[in-house]
Amino acid sequence: MRFAGIIAIVALLTAGAVLATEIPPAERRSGYSFMAADTRAMQDDDTANPGMLWVLDGEALWSRKTGGADKACADCHNDARASMKGIAARYPAFDKTLGRPVDLEQRINLCRANHQQAQPLAYESRDLLALTAFVAQQSRGVAIETGSDPQLEPFVAKGRELFMQRQGQLNLGCTNCHDDNWDKHLAGSAITQAQPTGYPIYRLEWQSLGSLQRRLRSCITGIRAQAYDYGAPELVELELYLMSRARGMPVETPAVRP
Amino acid sequence: MPAALINVPRKAKRGDVIEIKTLMSHIMETGYRHLASGEVVPRDIITSFSCRYNGTEIFRADLFPAIAANPFITFFTTATESGTFEFDWIGDKGFSETATASIIVE
Repeated sequence: MRFAGIIAIVALLTAGAVLATEIPPAERRSGYSFMAADTRAMQDDDTANPGMLWVLDGEALWSRKTGGADKACADCHNDARASMKGIAARYPAFDKTLGRPVDLEQRINLCRANHQQAQPLAYESRDLLALTAFVAQQSRGVAIETGSDPQLEPFVAKGRELFMQRQGQLNLGCTNCHDDNWDKHLAGSAITQAQPTGYPIYRLEWQSLGSLQRRLRSCITGIRAQAYDYGAPELVELELYLMSRARGMPVETPAVRP
Repeated sequence: MPAALINVPRKAKRGDVIEIKTLMSHIMETGYRHLASGEVVPRDIITSFSCRYNGTEIFRADLFPAIAANPFITFFTTATESGTFEFDWIGDKGFSETATASIIVE
């Protein structure tokens, strides 16, 4: 009897690994809905949301001339309120020259290199986070449509593969928590669905704004695997898969998370 | 660069209790952290915040290392007359920021 039970459990575990259940569209929930009322109030009030400090910095940077070309973002893109509306909801997007997807941070740095002849901004630097937050905030409320470009298909597939792949000393894939156990808790914290609706986010634990790549790297470290370097194609593919998985959900940037 | 976010109601009736919200950009480095090399990261915090309403101090707070980055301070006062609120943040390493907001009291 006990032996049969063990077989049943093993069968269940194996089935779980093979048929990691993806979340049906109607059951998708933003990380926002997992938060306490206090944290939600913090995100909802633009004068209480610390992410807005970066958005304001980004707004100032948008019209500041920089680089060898002595051009500001605003010199080409004019008013971000019009030109950047809906842009973040389509990123990561396919770059024809590079032949691969680039995320919003990489797009900003490509723009700096190609059009402003300026040095790229370091990942997680205040200026890059500020510009990204400012651009992404213009898409607040817009439905995510990343991944609708057919050229991105193989990259979305690679990202999905990584999401399903068990790795690290804990031998966990992203899916084992974020698809299979999102309605449960891990050490008192809600396990969320990993819907990247509000990046860059102000994370209370970080006491700062941070990118989706930072979030992915800390999750990968959490399963005791070696995190990919900032800007690695694998991280962009993961970002791409996550964003395409959240297609239709509204952008919340700058979101607040615990 | 804008460092602070202030939320004061634009208009109020005389005698109304109004809420004032302030958010200041600051790392609030505690002075208790060490680098991988063993060196202590020097303390860098805001130590004092005050608010004046038409020149009269109506609120003051001392801040300490346990307060999180980007301190959000909110308090209430009674709207007595039209005028300005002046906010002051003072801290380590010569940190000094000011901001103002105006209100119309009818």
